[in-house]
Amino acid sequence: MSITELEFQAKAVESAPEQAIEGRSQWNLTWRRLRADRVAVGSVGVILLVITFAIIAPLIASLTGHGVDQAFPATGLDVNGSPVAPGTHGFIIGTDDIGRDLLVRIAYGAQISLFVGIVTTAMATAAGVSIGLMAGYFGGVVDAVLARVIDAALAFPFIVLALALAAVFHPSLNIVIGVITFFSWAGISRIVRGQTLSLKEKEYIEAARSLGAGPWRIMFIDILPNLLGPVLVLATLYIPTAVTFEATLSFLGIGIPEPAPSWGNILGEAQSYYQIAWWYVVFPAAALLITTLAFNLLGDGIRDAMDPRTERIFAGSAAARKGRRRRGAAAAAEPAVSQGS
Amino acid sequence: MNMLRFLIRRILTGILVLWVVATGTFFLFFTAIPEQAVARNLAGRAASPDVLAQVSRFYGLDKPIPVQYWHFLRGLLGGNLGKSYYLQESVTTIIKQDLPPTISVVIGGVLLWLIAGLAVGILSATRARSLFDRFATVGVLAGVSAPTFVVGELLIISVFVELNRHGISWVQTGYTPVTQSVVGWAGTMILPWVTLAIVQAAVYTRLSRGSLLDTLGEDYIRTARSKGLSERRVLYRHALRSALTPVVSQLGIDVGALLGGVIVVEQVFGLQGLGQHTVNAISQGDLPVVIGFVILAAVFVVIANLIVDMSYAVLDPRVRIS
Repeated sequence: MSITELEFQAKAVESAPEQAIEGRSQWNLTWRRLRADRVAVGSVGVILLVITFAIIAPLIASLTGHGVDQAFPATGLDVNGSPVAPGTHGFIIGTDDIGRDLLVRIAYGAQISLFVGIVTTAMATAAGVSIGLMAGYFGGVVDAVLARVIDAALAFPFIVLALALAAVFHPSLNIVIGVITFFSWAGISRIVRGQTLSLKEKEYIEAARSLGAGPWRIMFIDILPNLLGPVLVLATLYIPTAVTFEATLSFLGIGIPEPAPSWGNILGEAQSYYQIAWWYVVFPAAALLITTLAFNLLGDGIRDAMDPRTERIFAGSAAARKGRRRRGAAAAAEPAVSQGS
Repeated sequence: MNMLRFLIRRILTGILVLWVVATGTFFLFFTAIPEQAVARNLAGRAASPDVLAQVSRFYGLDKPIPVQYWHFLRGLLGGNLGKSYYLQESVTTIIKQDLPPTISVVIGGVLLWLIAGLAVGILSATRARSLFDRFATVGVLAGVSAPTFVVGELLIISVFVELNRHGISWVQTGYTPVTQSVVGWAGTMILPWVTLAIVQAAVYTRLSRGSLLDTLGEDYIRTARSKGLSERRVLYRHALRSALTPVVSQLGIDVGALLGGVIVVEQVFGLQGLGQHTVNAISQGDLPVVIGFVILAAVFVVIANLIVDMSYAVLDPRVRIS
């Protein structure tokens, strides 16, 4: 190899684009992987659509001229007093049992579903993280007591107790939020507690302690940021659970009380009309299914993006397809049964 | 010997759990709701104070809470859950009457979802990344996302309404006792079973697929293969046994919680079972019936957990009971 050739190569290295080497944080990597995941991006789109749908509910009401609780016995019901089909008299997706516009009610129902889902998840996450941190960090008696409480809350037949609570205190939005939060924090606590138990033995915690940091500072400033990943995944997956829970309570008549619209209580009323009014069941059911499915897909996507080892069955990019789990590669090489790690 | 000690300890903890649940429910109901409100609910809105006092005395509501609690506990020990406020019958009789439809739904539903979930899970795990696996994964997500009552209502408007429109009346809603007609009974049960299976099998597919994939990567599986065992034998005799452990623990949780889930299924399909009765009892304020149901549900949870813990040892030879 001649000197000029070496010089040429050296120049080539020097002139290489500068951004070739770039430190990427864990969050940065996660974000990149998430953006490459078509299903996750699609579900974000769907969630944004549902949110928009909820926000423009008053607009839909004023455009159609149908209020949420406004019944139209003359145009919204046929001669037998049954709901009218989609497209009749300006009711785009039909009416309900007393002649209210189904589209407007489903849009307002989206507000309640999303509100309950997000508020309960936020409260359950805050409570679950705090309790889990305390149980894991303090250990001893605190842990023994809190861990038993967590086990008890997880083991309870919760629909039954939710029913009982709703019966004792009359159904209302606040009760629904309280009941769902009460039954959601424990799962988060258990995971946070386990992670805290191992994190608190790390050297950097000891360093923080030797610098004079108090327990609360260590818990919330030093340990908590390391837990954000799993907590974020759990929280995303809790939203659809909470939405379903609210719908189930409302369906049974112990959730959001009429005349406020909720997808659950609309479906509860629709029960007696399934023979004559398919739209009354199908549209609210579709709204509910699409919303919960989108949040579940997004939660799975975030989990996959956080953990580089997970299989990405639906990942879109070629890079993601190459970077599949070793197990996947082994299975491909050896068609019968995988031998992976 | 070990097994016996284990059993005795678990039964004692089970009884402790039952006591906690019973006490918690009792105090929730009898201290959170004022005695006056209960009596008024029973006697009617327009009842005079005299009548209210009489009603209170009749149901023992005027006694101090500790005394009521003592009566409640003593009754519980003798298997007596008290008397319904509305039906002149004891709660145990009501439970016995309403149990058949509920038990039918639970047993058939559990069997169907286990078989479906495990079959799909095993097929997915042994054919990881195949087209089948991908379809199964999509199906699982849809199943996990779908609320029970939505699946039930969609099945009614698609299967039930359509079949009956075409003159096939085998599939029905409501309940036909199995003693009256087995075919009729199956016809009323098939949709509830399928509903539970669609909602629950998804979880089991996901669990069994993941755990089987992990197990198949273990050293003892390689040993089994290197001994020259057939793939079939390796899968069903060696891998599946220990892969079933997480499935069984999930089953324990679900069967326990199922008594709650059955409420929704019974509501959707118009089955007059325990769940329906409890919903009615709640709206009527029939407290003894509600308490009876909660305690029964807790018994379910305790027994399911006991069976699950014992089956670990049977399934996975590495587990020692202690």
